[in-house]
Amino acid sequence: MICIGNGQGFWGDWLEGPVRLVEGGRLDYLTLDYLAEVTMSILQKQRKKDPQLGYARDFPPLIARISKRIEDARIRVIANAGGVNPVACAKEVRRLAPGLKVAVVLGDDILDGIDDLLESGEELRNMDTGEPISNIRGQIESANVYLGAFPLAEALRTGADVVITGRCADAALSLAPMIYEFGWKQDDLDLLASGIVAGHVIECSTQATGGNCQLDWQSTPDFAHIGFPVIEASGNGEMVITKHTGTGGRVTQGTVKEQLLYEIGDPAQYMTPDVIADFRTIQLSDDGPDRVRISGVKGSPRPEKLKASVSYHYGWKAIGTLVYSAPDAFEKAQVADRMVRQRLSELSLRFEKIHTEFLGVNACHAHLAPVLDEPAEVQLRIGARSPDKESIERFTRELIPLVLNGPPTATGYGEGRPRVREVVAYWPALVPRDAVSPRVEVIE
Amino acid sequence: MKVRLSRVAHARSGDKGDVSNVGLIAKDPRYYDLLVREVTAERVKSHFGPLVAGKVSRYELPNLHALNFVMEQALDGGGTISLRTDAQGKTHGAALLTMEIEVAPDEPAD
Repeated sequence: MICIGNGQGFWGDWLEGPVRLVEGGRLDYLTLDYLAEVTMSILQKQRKKDPQLGYARDFPPLIARISKRIEDARIRVIANAGGVNPVACAKEVRRLAPGLKVAVVLGDDILDGIDDLLESGEELRNMDTGEPISNIRGQIESANVYLGAFPLAEALRTGADVVITGRCADAALSLAPMIYEFGWKQDDLDLLASGIVAGHVIECSTQATGGNCQLDWQSTPDFAHIGFPVIEASGNGEMVITKHTGTGGRVTQGTVKEQLLYEIGDPAQYMTPDVIADFRTIQLSDDGPDRVRISGVKGSPRPEKLKASVSYHYGWKAIGTLVYSAPDAFEKAQVADRMVRQRLSELSLRFEKIHTEFLGVNACHAHLAPVLDEPAEVQLRIGARSPDKESIERFTRELIPLVLNGPPTATGYGEGRPRVREVVAYWPALVPRDAVSPRVEVIE
Repeated sequence: MKVRLSRVAHARSGDKGDVSNVGLIAKDPRYYDLLVREVTAERVKSHFGPLVAGKVSRYELPNLHALNFVMEQALDGGGTISLRTDAQGKTHGAALLTMEIEVAPDEPAD
């Protein structure tokens, strides 16, 4: 049995999470998931400005902080912290923690191979809309294939203490040590599927242990010290989801079920680069306090193609807010919204969309929100989006004047004009496997 | 009698691009059949109204006593494009739980 814990569900998760995991109980592998869909494009921009950047900058200092503990306890780290520059990330880890052996998994970055793919007849159509990628060829900023767990397991075979990847399937971070430790092969479909299911449960960190869990949430113990999730994985495919003793939160069938269903499509076909898992075969059972056992998972052969995430320049946007107090807070905010729209329409600007919300009234749930008699205050929130940057820049000048020009009691504008932000959008596509060659390098 | 879905189920939601999915889970295995009967894809689509522009598909997971709803064009473009506060559909689960369902007098519902 091996213990695999995930200390980071996205870049920005709690900094103490991984530290508590390595210090608070048995752990053999620490995984860290830094890359959301849009993170790669941000990192790509950073690398354009400075060829030494383009990775999750929180990661090297974290490894420095826990290096003594992971050496003493022989804990190995697997992280997709490499972003678009795994080698630079590895070098920084080596600089800060020279005693550790570091390996990188390369080959996910296909940005330079896109033209070859197009020439060979691949259209890289958007998996959601069906559009061919040629429509946005000039706007592409990054392109990365989701690698599977086998190259990561290969990196563990080098004896590395720290394995750094770029884009890979989130659950592959957990599956890799199982493949490495138990010698699972590509046709061990049910075992691979079991590992993927357990990896999916812990990939969003504390969403498996009571965080963001609706079930009887008021009784969740000690959110402040919530335990990060741990898989106890066995070679026969039995998985127990748990957390370190004495930590907050809880692991129940309820918390595990919520996470199993998180961000999935057809549960009969949970696609990963290594196996397709059938979530309808998952059996859960209680295994003592804060322990849920997963068994019975069935898998079928991996999909023919790999999924790539491409990011591209879409346009510009800005979102601004003003607060109106009672009396008549909602009515004032509505008048202010009409006023802004009237003024914008008279300026011959170009917008793809202007979107208004009234926070405190109905921003999240629209018509489903409960009706309030008299909110104490309402935040007017107006967003605009356009291919034309100048239109968005002008939009950002149209909110603050309302403090003097519009309905009374406008406040909460302390941060000034809203920031103009580039919209970098996400384009999921399928790529033939033979266009991708993952490889492992040990960084000295 | 009418009962709020939150009485018999819990939920979690998230995004993939412009798609929002809601996992709806029976609080007790005895409620699963009720969810299957009452919470259809059509009813979920009409419940969300203008929040969801596209198709709603429903998948059954009897092993987990759960349903998965996949809602297309549900996030104003999704991710970075969306201008919504809830650009990632994080609150769609809670929104679904406000739905009212019909429970027969002899059916378990608490």
